[in-house]
Amino acid sequence: MTQYIGKPINRVDGLDKVTGKARYAAEFNVPELAYGVVISSAITKGKIVRIDASDALSLEGVLQVFTHENRPKLAWFDLSYKDQDAPPGSPFRPLHDEKIKYSGQPVALVVAETYEVARYAASLIQIEYEEEEHETSLEANKDRARKPKSGLASALKPPPPKPRGDFEEVFNAAPVRTISRYVHSVEHHNPMEMFATTVVYEKKGKLTIYDKTQGAPNSQLYVSQVFNIPFRDVRVISPYVGGAFGSALRPQYQLFLAVLAARELKRSVRVSLTRQQMFTFGHRPATNQTIALGANADGEMTAMYHEAISETSRFEDYTEVVVNWSGMLYPPENVILDYKLVPLDVYTPLDMRAPGGVTGVSALECAVDELAYKLGIDPLEFRLKNYTERDMNEDLPYSSKELRECFRQGAERFGWAKRNPEPRSMRNGSNLIGWGMATGIWDAMQMPARAEAVLMVNGKLRVSSATADIGTGTYTVMTQIAADTLGMPVEDVLFKLGDTELPLAPIQGGSWTVATVGSAVKAVCEDLGKTLFKLAKKLPGSPFSKVDYQDVVFLDKSIQLKADSALRVSLQDVVDSNGGRAVRETSTSLPNMLQQRKYARSVHSAVFAEVQIDEELGTVKVTRLVSAIAGGRIINPKTARSQIIGGMVWGISKALEEESVMDHQVGRFMNHSLAEYHVAVNADIHELDVVFVEEDDTIVNPLGAKGLGEIGIVGVPAAISNAVFHATGKRIRELPITLDKLL
Amino acid sequence: MNSFSYVRPDEIDVAIDDLSVHHAAKFIAGGTNLLDLMKENVERPARLVDINRLPLQTIDDTAEGGLRLGALVTNADTAYNEQVEKRYPLLSQAILAGASPQLRNMATNGGNLFQRTRCYYFYDTDMPCNKRKPGSGCGAINGYNRIHAILGTSDSCIATHPSDMCVALRALDAVVHVSGRLGERTIPMADFHRLPGNTPQYDNTVQPGELVTAIELPAKGFADHYAYLKLRDRASYAFALVSVAVGLDINNDGTITEARIALGGVAHKPWRRPESEEQLVGQSASKEVFQLVADSIIDGAKGYGHNTFKVELARRAIVRALMQASKLEKIS
Ligand SMILES: Cc1cc2nc3c(=O)[nH]c(=O)nc-3n(C[C@H](O)[C@H](O)[C@H](O)COP(=O)(O)OP(=O)(O)OC[C@H]3O[C@@H](n4cnc5c(N)ncnc54)[C@H](O)[C@@H]3O)c2cc1C
Ligand code: SF4
Repeated sequence: MTQYIGKPINRVDGLDKVTGKARYAAEFNVPELAYGVVISSAITKGKIVRIDASDALSLEGVLQVFTHENRPKLAWFDLSYKDQDAPPGSPFRPLHDEKIKYSGQPVALVVAETYEVARYAASLIQIEYEEEEHETSLEANKDRARKPKSGLASALKPPPPKPRGDFEEVFNAAPVRTISRYVHSVEHHNPMEMFATTVVYEKKGKLTIYDKTQGAPNSQLYVSQVFNIPFRDVRVISPYVGGAFGSALRPQYQLFLAVLAARELKRSVRVSLTRQQMFTFGHRPATNQTIALGANADGEMTAMYHEAISETSRFEDYTEVVVNWSGMLYPPENVILDYKLVPLDVYTPLDMRAPGGVTGVSALECAVDELAYKLGIDPLEFRLKNYTERDMNEDLPYSSKELRECFRQGAERFGWAKRNPEPRSMRNGSNLIGWGMATGIWDAMQMPARAEAVLMVNGKLRVSSATADIGTGTYTVMTQIAADTLGMPVEDVLFKLGDTELPLAPIQGGSWTVATVGSAVKAVCEDLGKTLFKLAKKLPGSPFSKVDYQDVVFLDKSIQLKADSALRVSLQDVVDSNGGRAVRETSTSLPNMLQQRKYARSVHSAVFAEVQIDEELGTVKVTRLVSAIAGGRIINPKTARSQIIGGMVWGISKALEEESVMDHQVGRFMNHSLAEYHVAVNADIHELDVVFVEEDDTIVNPLGAKGLGEIGIVGVPAAISNAVFHATGKRIRELPITLDKLL
Repeated sequence: MNSFSYVRPDEIDVAIDDLSVHHAAKFIAGGTNLLDLMKENVERPARLVDINRLPLQTIDDTAEGGLRLGALVTNADTAYNEQVEKRYPLLSQAILAGASPQLRNMATNGGNLFQRTRCYYFYDTDMPCNKRKPGSGCGAINGYNRIHAILGTSDSCIATHPSDMCVALRALDAVVHVSGRLGERTIPMADFHRLPGNTPQYDNTVQPGELVTAIELPAKGFADHYAYLKLRDRASYAFALVSVAVGLDINNDGTITEARIALGGVAHKPWRRPESEEQLVGQSASKEVFQLVADSIIDGAKGYGHNTFKVELARRAIVRALMQASKLEKIS
């Protein structure tokens, strides 16, 4: 029965968050806590020749200064440093040796009795470096582009498919062609909460670690391997995460440093990073793309070339799926998709909301708009003409694809039919108005996960899994699923997450959490239901002694006969009969690979944007944005809408503002503060409209839900770029579209 | 720790004396700039003299028909002051174009004059910067300089003064009252901030130990014909790439009798060129005339790469602000 699924219920953790009861990694206080402050490298490449910490060490309250010179011996093999999201290569090891590999690299940790003393001591440490030439510019080094190394990561991030057909011949013969180049700059995640770890040093050296992470088990794995501590002695807890957007998919260096210090000092230690240091690890990579499209005179796309060159670090091959989407969204038979990397003296890039997807689709959907204009066909009509029911890369049908309906409903909401296709034709006073649209696509994935469900002696239900809630609404949605499966009011359901003592779940990423953990929650609640039913049958005078499980439902905190709801046993009576013990079940949910393999599984969107541009001054305002989403079953329209709106806001931000700017002469990101790294503010955001299109999918997972974490952003930058073209007649192929580019 | 002592005197003389006798002492008002700089180790005062209790909290009429803004009145209270709104709407708008409501609630008029540049290199103690560390070089001049100056620069420094309020004050010919051990003096806004030359470590002409007590606005407020236009990378909470404050006097037959045009975001101080303003006198408002004046104001402007767009942007912004002030164009 679905009493809650599909309803816009409020966040179950909302009250705790707004009252400050919800605690974050740096907010767990314990007696005798010591504080660590990280010193970041002043140079980009070279080595440390001398560290003088004597002034710092002589300060009262300073406990130790950890550097590569005095760090303890740690795991030797690269493998030990590989977390669950590590790309192929050799992971960065903080304080490993004197070598400097990127600007801002942690080079020392100062630990003191108070944060203030640690901070001051850090300012007294003298470090001498020997600099070497560095290379940080993708543009200047694009000749070094090469194929990425393959590794485990390719399971989730498949390399481009082999070329099909004969691109060159067909493209050259095509009557209508476009070739264009798109440049996207680096972005940093910049969640509100800074990275922090509080390590509580327990008896016998056991560690309880409060970490900012998108997967407590991932942090546990990393600590256990690197420091050679058995799993049972490392417990990682992360009940709340103040935003992450992918940045906490991998353990960050403050975790390593805090654990190292706690073990050496045999004391509890906290290390938090500063906002400036939030620019010293993973980021969305700079990417250059070239797209060539050919069409016949009727407007059928016949040839497609999409090449992306991205940056990575010198030590790991971070990859993302940038170009594959092109082959999934459009049907031409002559296709080359290519993806290469250029290793630079930067930290390894890291998944950031719709990694690769928003990058590749932003370029693709602009190129498609360019082609539609060349053909003189309405961009929406052009997309309908070149609609595909199959993923052409894999040659598989989609498990469901209501993109057509997204186009229809989105266009209607937006009023697309009233658009004058002529660029520069629409005005509001002296301002130019532009309407643009784009398609969005993202994967609908499911992973294996475990969950536990306990009917407690007080009749309440406790469900748990070691997943995370980075603000997406995991607590709420899981509570809804559990409540519906066992017919309980949400008030009587407690969902726990973010603790390695709970059943294992994968890191929270890829928009797979609802599908993955939601399926596990559903499965374990069903299993618990069966157990409860068995107990109910055994009750003296049970109305179910001759009844089968299929004939009952769970409703109103009781088990009821479907045919006659008067015949019921309350769940409280069931648990009471269990000899004073709670009733518990643990289950694993696995994706149905056999079935899923036969389909491509994606979530889709259609985005429509209106911009208003002051041409003389170059300022762009996104006055309206409509996003129509086909995301399978929507478990909670309220949290779902919030996810999409968050993505749309970020899309505006990405299109117009966000950029981590590096001074390539020094190899350092220079706008490393929130005053100068611009993210959209309230005044930038106007009308946002979200439409969820109905989509029934029985293949993606038992819930039929596709995950909405990334799709919200994917089509937005292209829709805005296309609107800017429609307004001004100018194609800006370099994001962000700041005012200087329009002057 | 980065320890500093802290006092909060009630009297002006005590505050001034305290600052003078202590090594590396600094006044602190709203703290919105100073505390940020302390967190980044850019400023490291040994003593903070908190001036928030000094009797500099009022906005009063002057005998000359102007207004005297106490140094400790907040930016928000100044912008929303009835007299300021009515008689100096240009100032009110300029203030409201800056920072965010929370910051304006804390920031004071005195502090706003002293806010330091937002140059990325100035803020990053691992980078060279002549303003922060004289003689260490200028990171921005050959580095990333999107937000930097195009006028009045030197080989030592190309930083801008980031204030919005000061641009309006400059257009209004405000006068700053300071008080020191040697007594009181006034500094016209024109002379308050300085160009970097080869001593960019000095932002302004206030002497060590001097306290700003008030900002005086002359009677003339240009309340009929004014505009403050700010161009930035997002709609709020971003510093100006270019801003323009305009005040015009236009008589009944449409002739311009006086013009003030000050630019922000383009130089180490709010930028004015009185000779160019003169060109408007006796003319009637038109886009063509404004374009000529704009060219004249930014004559000699020079870009450093990332900020080169500012030259053209400033030109267009001046024209637009003049169009708005003369009501040839609506403010949108
Ligand atoms: C993120 C951010 C965005 C901002 N955006 C803008 C913007 O867009 N436009 C804009 O104009 N401003 C902006 N500001 C700057 C803000 O306006 C200034 O920080 C503020 O005006 C400083 O005032 P305060 O009272 O807080 O000064 P404080 O920080 O207290 O002091 C600043 C300096 O002034 C000195 N001082 C203060 N009062 C006196 C006095 N009476 N006499 C002598 N010396 C004194 C102090 O010693 C100190 O050196 C922004 C600030 C931030 C942090
Ligand atoms: S422009 Fe001025 S403030 Fe910026 S780095 Fe150069 S000297 Fe320092």
